[in-house]
Amino acid sequence: MAHLGFLKKKKTQENLSDQQERTERGILVFENTGEVIQAENLLKQHGWEVRVMGPPPEIRQGCDMVIEFPLIEELRILKILTTAGLAPLKTVPVTSPLLQPVDIFQIRDYGKYLMVRAANMKLTVDRETNIIVNISGGGCPDVPYLAAAMVGQPLAGAPSPREIGHTLCGYALQLAYEEVRRRCSV
Amino acid sequence: MLCIVGTVPDDRFTLTQGTVELQGNELRIGQASVGVNRGTAALLAAAATAAAVLKQPAPSACLVGDTGNGKGSRKLYRHMIDVLPQKAFQTITLHYLQPLIHWHKKMQAVIGDLTPRPCLIADAGFMYVAKMSGEAALYDLFTPDVGELAFLADEEAPHPFYTRGFILHENNRVPDLIARAYRHNNAARYLIVKGEKDYLADASGILETVDHPVEEVLEAIGGTGDTLTGLVSVLIDAGMSVREAAVAAMRTNRLAGQRAKPTPATQIGDIIRHIPRALEAVLSECGRQAE
Repeated sequence: MAHLGFLKKKKTQENLSDQQERTERGILVFENTGEVIQAENLLKQHGWEVRVMGPPPEIRQGCDMVIEFPLIEELRILKILTTAGLAPLKTVPVTSPLLQPVDIFQIRDYGKYLMVRAANMKLTVDRETNIIVNISGGGCPDVPYLAAAMVGQPLAGAPSPREIGHTLCGYALQLAYEEVRRRCSV
Repeated sequence: MLCIVGTVPDDRFTLTQGTVELQGNELRIGQASVGVNRGTAALLAAAATAAAVLKQPAPSACLVGDTGNGKGSRKLYRHMIDVLPQKAFQTITLHYLQPLIHWHKKMQAVIGDLTPRPCLIADAGFMYVAKMSGEAALYDLFTPDVGELAFLADEEAPHPFYTRGFILHENNRVPDLIARAYRHNNAARYLIVKGEKDYLADASGILETVDHPVEEVLEAIGGTGDTLTGLVSVLIDAGMSVREAAVAAMRTNRLAGQRAKPTPATQIGDIIRHIPRALEAVLSECGRQAE
């Protein structure tokens, strides 16, 4: 029983540590996913360690994500965002685990062509020319828009989904796009 | 009659409702025209082509421009809520739309009061929002690919972007993913799962498997899932059972793909051109003639 008592104490300490870590983080909630993407870009440019995460169930509306940030830096981060016209709707302390974006890539080698899938989005490139030849998957309305803008373009010159996309599907396509660029050394 | 609801990637495209006519690479709906490309336009083009082969009325479309900011989608949800009680669609296929839970719930409240209840098919964003809302079971058919099936199977993921890794790793275990989706009430009455093999499933498991002809590159071609959804929608609306329609649609889509001699760079319009002959061949094999 002494062993069990020790384990219980250790577990409690771990739980406390997890909880402390979570409460030291907050989330920035925005009007739409497009603003999240812009704010993430801006904060990363300023050197902040922020992460895009899934919102907790109580504030979930549909196709959305939030930015997790160090709560202690709230005032400085809000100042940067407000100056750039990207003030969030609200900031909320993190009190429970957040959903993490997909971080697994599935690769399909078609010889001359390479397809990378991130979550539900697939991007295919001609390895000889580095031209994007197809984009498939997804369900949000910016997918056909992104495909129209990117298919037929060289990897190096194509608009990035992060810049012109608005949704989680657009964000997933960005991950596939970055992975294809990495694999094609672009 | 079949109604297809979705978006086109142009914010200037105003809300348009009407019968669809396919003219070369253009869809015409009244005075409006849309280029045939991936997304709802590909679904509509496949549906209009199949309806012509079957000598069925051309589908009705309800479209709005939306490039991802959701403004057009909100107008379309509101419009459908207003007009559905006055329409008598037998089949409604819901496609690329911004997933917005509260609008979906409002729309389902209206659909729930329709008599007779239409057959409801959801793909893409509308399938996502049906699952996010916890109302997947109100639908007759979802058409996910294997990645989207993993999302349906993950009871905690509100969008495919958040599908947990241990479930994504089960891509090759389609029967397990199907069972998990039904166990958590996150699947429609039937599922067509698109992939290397196409499956029709319900809560009892896999009902049908179609794996010929094989064209591995079809997965890379944007719009091949949309054409399958368009085909099955028309076949169901023409009076086939879901099971019969699903098998015919899966075979037709594969055959049209094969006849296009595709590469990963093939565009969906090149496959849609082969749908009439492919559908005729499949109908002939299963002893059905175009009506």
